[in-house]
Amino acid sequence: MKINTQDFYAGVLFIVVGIAFAIGATNYNIGVAANMGPGYFPLVLGTILAVIGTIITFKSIITKVKYPVGPIAWRPLIFIITANIAFGLSITSGGLISGIYALTFIAAFAGDNFKFKEIFILATILSVSSYFVFIKLIKLQLEMWPAFIVG
Amino acid sequence: MDLFTNLALGFGVAFTPINLGYAFVGCFLGTLIGVLPGIGPTAAIAMLLPITYSLLPIPALIMLAGIYYGSQYGGSTTAILVNLPGEASSVVTVLDGYQMARIGRAGPALAAAAIGSFFAGCVGTLVLAALALPLTKLAFEFGPAEYFSIMVLGLVSAVILSSGSLLKSFGMIIVGLLLGLIGTDINSGVVRFSFGVTELTDGIGFVALTMGIFGYGEIISNLGKHEKEHEIFKGNVEGLLPTPQDIKSMTPAILRGTTLGVILGILPGVGSVIAAFMAYSVEKKIKLQPGEVPLGKGNIRGVAGPESANNAAAQTAFIPTLALGIPGSSSMALMIGAMMIHNIQPGPQVMTSNPELFWGLIASMWIGNLMLVILNLPMIGIWIKLLTVPYRYLFPAIVLFCAIGVYSVNNNVWDIWMVALFGVIGYVFVKLQAETAPLLLGFILGPMMEENLRRALLISRGDWSVFVTSELSAGILAVAVVLLIGVLLPSLKRKLIPK
Repeated sequence: MKINTQDFYAGVLFIVVGIAFAIGATNYNIGVAANMGPGYFPLVLGTILAVIGTIITFKSIITKVKYPVGPIAWRPLIFIITANIAFGLSITSGGLISGIYALTFIAAFAGDNFKFKEIFILATILSVSSYFVFIKLIKLQLEMWPAFIVG
Repeated sequence: MDLFTNLALGFGVAFTPINLGYAFVGCFLGTLIGVLPGIGPTAAIAMLLPITYSLLPIPALIMLAGIYYGSQYGGSTTAILVNLPGEASSVVTVLDGYQMARIGRAGPALAAAAIGSFFAGCVGTLVLAALALPLTKLAFEFGPAEYFSIMVLGLVSAVILSSGSLLKSFGMIIVGLLLGLIGTDINSGVVRFSFGVTELTDGIGFVALTMGIFGYGEIISNLGKHEKEHEIFKGNVEGLLPTPQDIKSMTPAILRGTTLGVILGILPGVGSVIAAFMAYSVEKKIKLQPGEVPLGKGNIRGVAGPESANNAAAQTAFIPTLALGIPGSSSMALMIGAMMIHNIQPGPQVMTSNPELFWGLIASMWIGNLMLVILNLPMIGIWIKLLTVPYRYLFPAIVLFCAIGVYSVNNNVWDIWMVALFGVIGYVFVKLQAETAPLLLGFILGPMMEENLRRALLISRGDWSVFVTSELSAGILAVAVVLLIGVLLPSLKRKLIPK
């Protein structure tokens, strides 16, 4: 079967999101047009979105052109997101320095060739410059060093 | 002369050494981030926002204006040198700019972009200053129905200028509006769609949303491409100065582009993309001089025209933003968000309640434009060096700046989790070719739209005809309908968007 997969999934996504918001909206007071409750606007929008999604999905099935979604870049997707999460986990107790090293090393795996020495140098450069720019220069409320060192 | 006393007030505010310093730093950093491949102006502004948090409102806005222009210009530089448009508005710059760079004329192309942008910026600032006062007066006539209608117009225009499917962009707007509703409802105090998460009572942070969708989504899809698809600039830029022949052919193009841009920028939502596209089609229609290369093959007019148009439009796009508090583009939406972080509620009252800030901002826009020319022409070497750095060193740094930036908004790790979530969502949108700019616009407009819709219908006692019985509102909606019909007619769309 020839379908436009890009549009097919986009349509399905809109339907799901639209219905989810519309159903969620019924938990709140809907009210009437003259006196709208908190549920009114999301209910209307969710319904419209679901309708748009249905039209897109339908059109994607009957269309003759075909746009594949294409391969998913799992490697960058996983490593970039993990790097970000690792930064969040380490920054509160380990300070900015541990966050930078964790993020840089994990993020580097998203690329094609990983060289330990290069990444180590990069992380060090980023740490030094972050220290001067973010902490010394614009004085963000960040701890550079882990809590057990600062005390 | 009101205009000149006002401008004098503005320049008095902006021309203090410290504010000039902030404008300079803003332009510098904006260009620096804007030049990075794969980072458009919207993501650049989001990344740099945290830097302004600790500043007072006036210097913060001055710096933001600098960042805004810097990132726009940085995007054009990347477009010309490595064939990579950072934002939709520099898509046409790529056509002739990159061709010029390939035949060793990157210097004049960059100069044409800078000079054209500067001239357009000057004209745009004057128009902005002249129209701000009457438009603000008009804005005071606006009731909730008019506000709602003008937001509809803004969203319709945002759909129109998206390059992809109209329906999908329309869907993305609604997704944005819905995401904007998450959090506490101002009217009833009810917390909506928060799943019991305390952090969500204030809604989704717009910095986290923008960085996730515009920053991470793009980085991931860039990395998904093969190494050889990342073009790295290897050539040399020799001789920045345009030849007398260049100046002769680019001057009329700059004038035409500026005129188009100034007019189109004022319409909410139309903004710089359409302006750049139209300027390019105009240049394409003009008869070639003997010995001139055709457009698309490296003609300087193809750079000068669209670049002037998009900068003029970027400037006059501040008119709806400042006069009504309604953003016309995704970067404008960020500027509004930034103003709100500094406790400035954009809208007609800013000019009367805080004239120093209003006119200071306008003056600093002009200074920002001047700064760009001074900064970029001599410093172009630095930006070129930056473009020769392999992407594998750049992207961890970009991810790091995003993470630090978003964390420093509230010093709360929650925002980092949100960026991760929106990064995944952003990548999904890239894969589905669903445009993200309309989503951001919808996200910022969501609460305002609901608020005005509610008030309009409360006043009219539930009568929906209120949107067409008021002349002003009906007129605005008519423009929206005309625009929509215009785009649905394929012949016109083909005219607007040159292939």
